[in-house]
Formats: sequence, structure tokens, C-alpha cells
Amino acid sequence: MTAEARLGQVANYVDERTGAAAWMKKNLQKVFPDHWSFLLGEVALYSFIILLLSGTFLTFWFDPSQREVIYEGSYAPLEGIKMSAAYASTLHISFEVRGGLLMRQIHHWAALIFMAAIVAHLMRVFFTGAFRKPREGNWIIGVGLLTLGIVEGFLGYSLPDDLLSGTGIRIAEAIIQAIPVVGSYLAYFAFGGAFPGEAFIPRIYTVHVLLLPGAFLALITAHLMLVWYQKHTQYPGPGRTEKNVVGYPLMPVYMAKAGGFFFIVFGVIAFLSAVASINPIWLYGPYTPGQISAGSQPDWYMGWLDGLVRMAPPLESHYFGYTVSWNILIPGLIVPGILFTGMALYPFIESWITGDKREHHLLDRPRNAPNRTALGAMSITFMIVALINGGNDLIATHFDLSINQIMWGTRFGIFILPPIAFVVTKRLCLSLQRADRELVLHGRETGRLLRLPHGEFVEVHEPISPEKAYLLTSHEQAPALELPEVDGRGVKRAGAIRNKIRSRMSVAHSEAIPKVSADDLKEIEH
Amino acid sequence: MKRLSRYRRHKAAGPALLIFALLAIGTTFSVASATTTAQTTTADRSALIEEGRQIFLKGCSSCHGLNSEGGAIAPSLVGVGAASVDFQVGTGRMPMADMSTQAMRKEPLYTPEETAALAAYVASLAPGPEIPTEEQLNYERDGSTAEGGELFRNNCAMCHNFAGQGGALTQGKYAPTLMGVEPKHIYEAMVTGPQSMPVFSDKTITPEEKMSIIKWIKAAEAEPNLGGASLGRVGPVTEGLLAWTLGLGVLIGVAVWLAMKAR
Amino acid sequence: MSNEIEAIKDPGLPAHVHRKADHDPVAAKRAERQVAILFGISALGTLLLIFSYSFIPDDVFIFIPVMGEQNAHQLGLGLGMAISLFFIGMGAIHWAKTLMPDQEVIAHRHEFRSPDSDRKEFVQAVKDGAGAAGLGRRSLIKRSLGAALGLSALSPILLLRDLGPLPGNELEKTTWKAGTHLVTDPGNRRIKASDLEVGAVAQVLPEIEDPEHRHLSDIAKDAVLLIRLRPDEFNLDADRLAMTHEGIIAFSKICSHMGCAVALYEQQTKHLLCPCHQSTFDVTRAAKVIFGPAARPLPQLDITVDGEGYLVARNPFSEPVGPSFWERDSR
Repeated sequence: MTAEARLGQVANYVDERTGAAAWMKKNLQKVFPDHWSFLLGEVALYSFIILLLSGTFLTFWFDPSQREVIYEGSYAPLEGIKMSAAYASTLHISFEVRGGLLMRQIHHWAALIFMAAIVAHLMRVFFTGAFRKPREGNWIIGVGLLTLGIVEGFLGYSLPDDLLSGTGIRIAEAIIQAIPVVGSYLAYFAFGGAFPGEAFIPRIYTVHVLLLPGAFLALITAHLMLVWYQKHTQYPGPGRTEKNVVGYPLMPVYMAKAGGFFFIVFGVIAFLSAVASINPIWLYGPYTPGQISAGSQPDWYMGWLDGLVRMAPPLESHYFGYTVSWNILIPGLIVPGILFTGMALYPFIESWITGDKREHHLLDRPRNAPNRTALGAMSITFMIVALINGGNDLIATHFDLSINQIMWGTRFGIFILPPIAFVVTKRLCLSLQRADRELVLHGRETGRLLRLPHGEFVEVHEPISPEKAYLLTSHEQAPALELPEVDGRGVKRAGAIRNKIRSRMSVAHSEAIPKVSADDLKEIEH
Repeated sequence: MKRLSRYRRHKAAGPALLIFALLAIGTTFSVASATTTAQTTTADRSALIEEGRQIFLKGCSSCHGLNSEGGAIAPSLVGVGAASVDFQVGTGRMPMADMSTQAMRKEPLYTPEETAALAAYVASLAPGPEIPTEEQLNYERDGSTAEGGELFRNNCAMCHNFAGQGGALTQGKYAPTLMGVEPKHIYEAMVTGPQSMPVFSDKTITPEEKMSIIKWIKAAEAEPNLGGASLGRVGPVTEGLLAWTLGLGVLIGVAVWLAMKAR
Repeated sequence: MSNEIEAIKDPGLPAHVHRKADHDPVAAKRAERQVAILFGISALGTLLLIFSYSFIPDDVFIFIPVMGEQNAHQLGLGLGMAISLFFIGMGAIHWAKTLMPDQEVIAHRHEFRSPDSDRKEFVQAVKDGAGAAGLGRRSLIKRSLGAALGLSALSPILLLRDLGPLPGNELEKTTWKAGTHLVTDPGNRRIKASDLEVGAVAQVLPEIEDPEHRHLSDIAKDAVLLIRLRPDEFNLDADRLAMTHEGIIAFSKICSHMGCAVALYEQQTKHLLCPCHQSTFDVTRAAKVIFGPAARPLPQLDITVDGEGYLVARNPFSEPVGPSFWERDSR
């Protein structure tokens, strides 16, 4: 029997029982547009798979217990030291299990890259407007995945019970404890009594390896099914419309590329884990509440939060015998809450501003949505300022600055720099639009100078291709919403202030350099 | 200095490195002991003190005062002891090159002999902590690395970081790295509390415990990178930077290649 | 978008440009060979991994430029794994790019909105179903079901009650009592006032009967930092000054902000710095906050000496140590 015939038999067997052939036939021809930025989400997905694989390996030896043990393993500088079983078993994985340290490092590097890829993917989706109808739901799932990722990462960082992660748990406990009314109760419930107790690590272990990965799997499945069903967005260009999707079929090109890319991601993470040490817990030592290391920082995706907490003003209110710690609540819960809620709701906010309720499958070039791009740049600036303050001690020692200077710099910077980033980015986008307009109207500068008979020098411009001209002019330029304050019968509308805000924002949102039309080009020819 | 010591480590293979380190420490000791044996007789000693006084008057008195009584910009040296002088001058911190936030470790200006003379002079003003003898500094024999680590994390890591790499203090001051510091100077720093550093009394941290701390620091210094490049041993900040640059950077590079049309 | 302006026309998908390998069999053969070589490198990577696992002991160190001394076993395992995986990916992608069809295809999108007739029928089906169940008419059922569902949600909340004990007044209590000796941490040795020189610090804990089995949750509240200044350096009111002993002042080491160990004492400035969030406390003014996010000074422990001259606590802490919580001021 030939291989083909054997394959046929298997296919026949499956199809007679599931009727999969019809569905498979259609989906194997599914078209995926090709662009490097569409692979950022894939990096996150593959890192997640790597996390599942390496994490499972680690569970075989990890002992999630805060039971006190005396270390008797092979790492001499900790010989005879009292520590938790969790810390001792992490040392065991690192030094006695062959390949254990490599797997630990793969797990941790994969986690950092997972989060970095999620953020990069989120930026791609935001700046290109891929979140617009019909993909608002998937955007919210994405924000959910980001939030879960931060929590999952923090729990994983906490599990080895080393001095650094224990300090992180201490801070998490202080945040819980600061919640008004129920804080101390919640903290006692979470820790099974007073901090640190012996219950927390076993509990977060279950959450880290069972509950959250389960939630991740469910959300990622929904995320991917929606991408599959709604088909991928595509960048604008000749031949690409709202009604089609141009790319390569799943079978065989995309399958080979995406499948191959999984191995690339795994390979790069393995490479990092081979050459660069991460979380050397044996140097940190076991956790005890009386010890601390200079430069105690969380992983990068929590760094902005730590930076916000550092720059918070020393505010605490005392009302009728009760304490409200604004210095913890504002940076630790309120600001992140507002940021993440705002981010999740952004698709709805934008469509409210523009009044645009149509489907969008063609992506925006970021310059063609100056307001949105500027808002994104502003948010990134906010995060970077916070992140810088999260590492202010290391920045201070490495660049000969003082932590006080950096702290004051970021305290002001967090208010001043984001609006500046907004204005600059918006201006930049408009300038780029202007440059596009010039390019379409007058063509490309060739750098060749020509001397005219009367002595004047001019640069020769070459017309650009019709494809390029189309790309630079195919975007929509919707006018601002017209929201009159009075209705047709001269009666003032309800919600005047709301209307005014919407109108203002709509005007700001529609600001643009008029794109070149066919008429403009004709005029120039004459 | 840090780069230099790393470079030196580059040249040697693992076992050879250990021998080299031992030799280096041994040599230092013999130099140190050579200066201490010079103080045996009283006559020698007063000569040494006089020599120290001359050096002091030339190089130190402009700030510390003609009688070491201190001044507006420099503290009194009465009672700081020989250990303090040996640390400050022996690590090049004193004399200060400029009036910056804090005195930096640099190439010492005075020879070991001149330093010993200065130390003898200052010690003659009032009793203070003595320079540890070679016999006292036998941390290889007396110390326990694990116990030293415990003490280090309790008393030192909050300023000097978990691996002795140093850290930030307020207003631009910093706790220096402990890598490549001579054991004698580590000991002297603990008993004298130079600059921002507090004193760690012999009663709260016994001399034996101090030996353990030194032994742990030397072990941390000699510890090879078990899991790959150390990234400075400063925790998650450099790790995050590398994840974004090398990690995501390479992946995006491959993604660009992947999406490029072949010719 | 306004319709009066005529937009530049879509020239349509650019013509497909053939690759070398599409029409040149030599180029195709070369590409095939390249793919095979990439897969071959991957196989070598796996061999390196097997070799490192089996034959390189884990105590061999080699010198690598830039990286320094490296563990050969770990490096061999990691690089072997990285090579074996990375080059499978490279091979697959190179294959897809050079030899698989590279003509872009067009698929059509369809609107997600269902046809009106389907929508109408769906609404009708829901209405019919609800009507048949009597959801609209039988309000008693509806309300009691709502109440039952709401109540049943209480049970998981209730069942989680035993996650931990109630805090009671535990957050306010520490092991320190009047007369508790101060002992070194680690070491558990009693301390005399004369043991500390001016400018010295000591990390201390309360003396307990079984110091080998000190609970971490006790250290988390009990840890204290002793600092000795010259008595004239203090800038304290009489009450606070009375809590010191011959220039020795004792503060809770647990930060009043978020509970990290505040132990960076700068001997010259007499400032205490918390390495977590950089709150700075002035020791001479009873740990008053002079910088950073902390809102309260560190609690001060009232100390004196016993008959033999050992340092003891004269009183327990007069306020809760560590980070704030809601009920903090009420007791």
C-alpha cells in the first residue's frame, strides 16, 4: 500500500465518524495575510506553550511548601541554612536535577518574553486600529489575558520563596492590608493568618499551575477562535479592501511558517536560557522578613507598578479611628484600575467619539489616526516614566545620579511628559501626512540636480508608482461629528455637556492633512 | 577597576584562578605583615609615628587640621584608630581627589609603608580600632561560608546588594561594590564604619562572625556564573532589558525575515 | 468620507514576481539543499545536547569571552537545545519561502450580520420559548428562582471562610514585653549598652525560649534596629528621649509603608532608607519621614538596661508596627 493510500484510509476513517472533510477542506485554504507585526501575538502564544511544557517539568520536583527544612544539598554557601521546602526544592532543581537549571531559566525567560510579546502585540493592535468593530470583544479578551499574565507572572516569581520574591509577597500583602474596611481580613484569609505564615505558597501554587493556566487556555482558545472566524485584518494596499483578505493559504505555506516560527521562539528562549542567568535564587538566599537586599525589584511587567508606588506622595488619612493609606491605594489599586478599565473600554470610547459603527478589516497606518497614535504614545510614556522610577536605584548607581533626583524627576515627569508626548506625536503624525501628500503630488526626490537654461537649479522629482500613490491615499478621512447643541426645533438637547465633550473630541480626532485626490493630480498635470 | 579584575579572571582557567587568587591574597598578607613587623620595638615605633606625622602635615592637615582636630569639611581623626587610616588611605579613598558626594575607591596615593606610618601616627593620638593582623584575618580557616551568608544578608545586603555588587543610598551616595576588595579592608570597614557605613561592633558581630562574612564575600566573588552571563547580579532589571532587546529583538528580526518575499 | 472628491484608483494586486527557484531548477535544487542543511544543523544541536547531558560533568567550567566563566554542562545543554529547535524553525520557514507557492491568494469576507429573516426568526424562537415556559407570566417563579440563585452564590463565599483566622488584634501585637531582652540576629546573644560604639548598628530580636524555632511571622513584626548616636545628636522631645538609652535608639525594622526591612542606616546623615520604595527616615527626629511614600515614622521601642547592664525593652511597642490597615487607629 502506498503512503497516499494509507493516509486516505485514515482520512476516510475520521471523516465517516465526524464529517470533518468538508470543514477541513475549507479551513486548510484559510488565508492569512503576511506581515511581521502579525507574528507578535504568535510569539506570545508560543511562549505560553513553552511555559506549559517547562512548567510541567518543574512541578515534578518543586515542593510548594513553607515547611522549614535545613539545606543539605550541593550548593555549599547555603549548607545548613534554615529555609522553606519550596526554596530548597528550587535549589534541588537548579543543582541536582540535570537540565533543571536550564528548564527553570527557560520557564522564566519564556515568562518575560510572553509578557513582552503580549505588550508588543497590544501596541500593534492599538496603533493600527485592529480593535475596531467587529473585534472589540477580542480586544477585551486580550486585556484580560494581559491582566492575568501580570498576576500569573507575579505568582510564579513568588513561588521559590527566596529573599527577593518574599519581599514581593510582603508588598502584595501590604496592598491587600491597605484595602479599606476588609483589608486585614482579606490578608488573614489569603495568608491563613499572620504574614508570612505557611499557607500562602501552597495556595498560590494551585492558582499558578491550575486555576490561571486553565483560565488562560479558555481565553486563548476564545481569542484564537474569534481571529479564525472573523478572519485576520490586513494592512491597506493595492488590491486589499474591506471585503477581502489577501495572503497565503494555511496549507501549506502558513502552516510551515507558523509551525517553523514556534521552533524559532523555543530556540531563541533556549538560547537566552543557555547564555544568560535569570533569577539566580541561590544568591538571593531564603526569605526571612528581617532581611532585604539593595535594589529589590519585581520583574519588568510589575516594575511600572513598583515605580508608581515609589513616587506616591506620603498620604494617609485618619478618620474616626480608621486609616486609609492613599500612598498605597492610589498607585497600587486606583491608578492601575483606571488604566486597565480605560484600556478595555477604548474601542467603545473611540467609536463613541467618531460615531463610526461600521466594520473595519483594513488597518490604519498609525499616522493616519493622529489622535489615537498620540494617545498611545502618551500611555507608553506614562508607563516608561513609571518603569524608570521602578528601577531608580539601579539607574542612580549606574549613571551617577541620586535616587532623590530621579524620584522628583519622575514625580513631575509622570504628569508633564505624557501630554508632551501626546502633542509631539500628533504633530509628528500630521507632518508625516503632509510628507505623504507631497510625495503623491510631486513624486520622489531623486537627489539629481538640474540646471535650467536661466541658471536656476532644480531637483528632479520622479513620480511614484500608482501602487504607492494608492497606498498613501486609500485611507478614509472622516469629518468631525456634527452635534448641534439645539435640535431641529430649536430646543436645547439633553446632555449638553456630554455632547460638547463628544463634539470637541470628535474635532480633535478628525484633524488631518487633506489627502491627495485624483482631481488634485489632474490639476497638477495641467 | 571592576573591569580590570574581570579581565584578570578571563585569562585564567578555573583551578588556576583559585591558585592565583590564593597567591594574590598571600602576597598581600606578606606585604601587610612586613609593615606590621616593623612596629616591634618602641624606638622603631616612635620613628614611624614621626614619619607619619610628617606625611600627615603635608597631605592631610589642610582639611583635618594640624592636630587632627577636624575642620569644616573634614572630621576629627582623634580616636578613629589605625584601622580607619589603613582603610581610607589603603583603598585610595583618602586623600580625596575632589569634594564630591563621597570618597571613591581609587589607586592609593601612598605606599603601604607610608600608609602604615600615617596609621601609626593617628593611632598614637588616641586609642581606636587596630589594623587586623594576618593571624586575625585567617578567614579561610576560621570562617563558615553559610553562616557568613546569613550574616551578610542580615547586615550588609540591604546596602551592598545580595551579591555584594553595591547599591544606591540617598542623595547620590552609594554603597560600593565589595568585589575585589581586600579582606583586610572589608574587616576594617566593619569595625570603623567609614563614611555612610555604620560600625558593626565586635560584640554584636564577633570577630569570628566577621571572618565568616569575609569568607562568604570571597566565595561570592569567586563563584562562577552557574546559569550563564551574570547580567551584573543586580536582579530583574537587567533581565527585563535583555528580554526586550535580545529576546523580542531577535524574534522580531526573524519575523521580518519570515514575512519578506524570497527572490 | 465625502463623495465629491474622486479618490485615486486602486490599481489592484501587483503582478506576481516569480522567484528564481520557480523557473530555475538549479536554484530550486540549491534551495532544497539549504533547507536540508538547516535541518542537519538542528540534528547536530540535538547531538550536542545528548553529549553534554551524558559526558560533561556539571562541575566543569570554561571561559567564554564577554560571558566569563561558564558551566560547560549547562551551556552545552542549553546551546544544544537552542540549536536543535531554532534550526528546525529556520528550515521550515526557508522551505515555505523558497519552494512552496508564493502567489498571494484572495479570500472574500462576508458580513457577520445575519440576514433579517434569520434575526426575526431567532427573536421569535426566543419569545416562543420564553412564552412556553411562562417566563413572562409566572413572576412568582421568576422571583423565587432569582432569590434562590442569589442565595446559592453565598455558599462558596461562606465555604472560603476557613481560609484563615480573623485578625483580631494580632496585627497590633508583637513579642516585645516589658523586660524582654534584646538579642542579636543572628546569634541570639544579649547585648550590653557598652557593646555598641557610637555610630554602630545592630539587628536585634526579642529573646525567646526557643530561638531555634522562631516563627517568620514573629520576625515580621518583632525585628528591631538598634542605632547608637552621641546623645547630643538627638532632636527629640522629652518622652522620646526617655525611650533611648545613652544614645542608643531602637526602631521597628519593619517599614511603616509596606513592611520591607528598613535597615539602610547612613551613619553620617543619620538617615534610614528603605530599599523597596526609598522612604527615608531621620533617626535624630524619631524616624520622621523626610522623603518617599511612607506616611508615618517607624515605631520606636522604649529601651533601658536590666540590673546586669543588658539592654531590655522597658515597654512593648506603643503602636502597631508595619504597614497601615483600616482598624489601625481604633486601638
